Amino acid sequence: MRLGELERAVMDVLWDRGTPLTVREVAEALQNRELAYTTVMTVLDRLAGKEMVERERAGRAWSYRPAASREAYIAQLMLDALDLSSSRDAALVRFARSVSGTEAEVLRAALAEEAADGRDGKD
Amino acid sequence: MVYAVHFAVAVLACYLIAQVLTRSTWTYNSPRVAIVCWQAVGLALGLAAIGLPLAAGLAPYDDGVGNALMRLASGELAPGFGLAHAALVMAGFGVAGVLTGTTVICGLRALSAQRRHRDLLTLVARDDPAAPGALVLDHPSAAAYCLPGVRPTVVVSAGTLSLLDRAELAAVLSHERAHADERHDLVLLPFTALCRALPWAAWVRAARDTVALLVEMRADDRARRQHMDGALAAALLRFASAPSRVTPAGALGIAESRSTRPLPITLSIADSHLDARVRRLLTTGRPARVRGAIALGVTATLVVTTVALFVG
Repeated sequence: MRLGELERAVMDVLWDRGTPLTVREVAEALQNRELAYTTVMTVLDRLAGKEMVERERAGRAWSYRPAASREAYIAQLMLDALDLSSSRDAALVRFARSVSGTEAEVLRAALAEEAADGRDGKD
Repeated sequence: MVYAVHFAVAVLACYLIAQVLTRSTWTYNSPRVAIVCWQAVGLALGLAAIGLPLAAGLAPYDDGVGNALMRLASGELAPGFGLAHAALVMAGFGVAGVLTGTTVICGLRALSAQRRHRDLLTLVARDDPAAPGALVLDHPSAAAYCLPGVRPTVVVSAGTLSLLDRAELAAVLSHERAHADERHDLVLLPFTALCRALPWAAWVRAARDTVALLVEMRADDRARRQHMDGALAAALLRFASAPSRVTPAGALGIAESRSTRPLPITLSIADSHLDARVRRLLTTGRPARVRGAIALGVTATLVVTTVALFVG
């Protein structure tokens, strides 16, 4: 299986469960794929390096949770796609841009809300 | 001094040609030729902007910029070469540094934004038999784009899938693949960088927007070759008139209070571009061979002359 697919499978587990999980718990959830514990750990490490998951101590092990919801990531991609992101680097080539002011606000609100949720969750 | 004057003339020529190219509409019928012309103008402008202060500073040598620099580097000081001259030479190197620096920084930023985008796509985008060869993002807004790179990726949103019929979608996908094949991101990069380096120069921004439009037209042409007439124009029109489809959970209050008023329509550059693209797709324009050839000749001469000014 390719690394990207693994990352996606791991994120899906984290998103679907909705609670912070340890490496072992993620590996158990992916039992049908017969992944080694170390493989899952490597993937979670990579995801943490890309700031896509956050980790915290849970007793002797680390537990992991998504840094943002699936919807927030899609909103981020759509902001890029519609040329509304703050960076505005020449990263994408678009077919056409059709976006109302409201749409932009809604997408940004989705992200802002997500950020606020993230902060609440940490407290 | 005569070399500095030549460079000044070259800068002026670049500016004037850019003005003409920005206002021309023959370019709509030959976008590829026009894109090449724009690249030439951009290159000549960069070289001339570097050469002008260099040549002014090296005037006491009464020699070509290249030779004079060589003589200066070997320690030969021409009579009359003073502090002001040295400062001008430094300014020339400064311009060169800023131009290459901003281009490199722009390129690196785009690369890192692309990497982040690709990473996120891996996590949340899906394949869909309705859009072969493309990734689909589950979002109700209409978007279609190409993530450029060595392994380019075409992405459409679920909103696009429901907005377009099969033929229209196929045309849009071809359009995006044309962007990827011809590396239009790299075509635009120097102009984006120039906008960064000269944020106050409205004509540079106008040039960038014009090149961006030409790139779209070029991709439209590629897509048009493979698909039914009208499919692409129809897709563009659908995009232009796509209603806001976002129904936010939790932000409904805002959306409702706004939906009672007409949506704010901001006539952006993108909109006027859309109009120009649809118009030309619906009429069959003949390629502007004569004017294209003239423009190619003029801009090529400009580049060759500027390079020769450095060497000679």
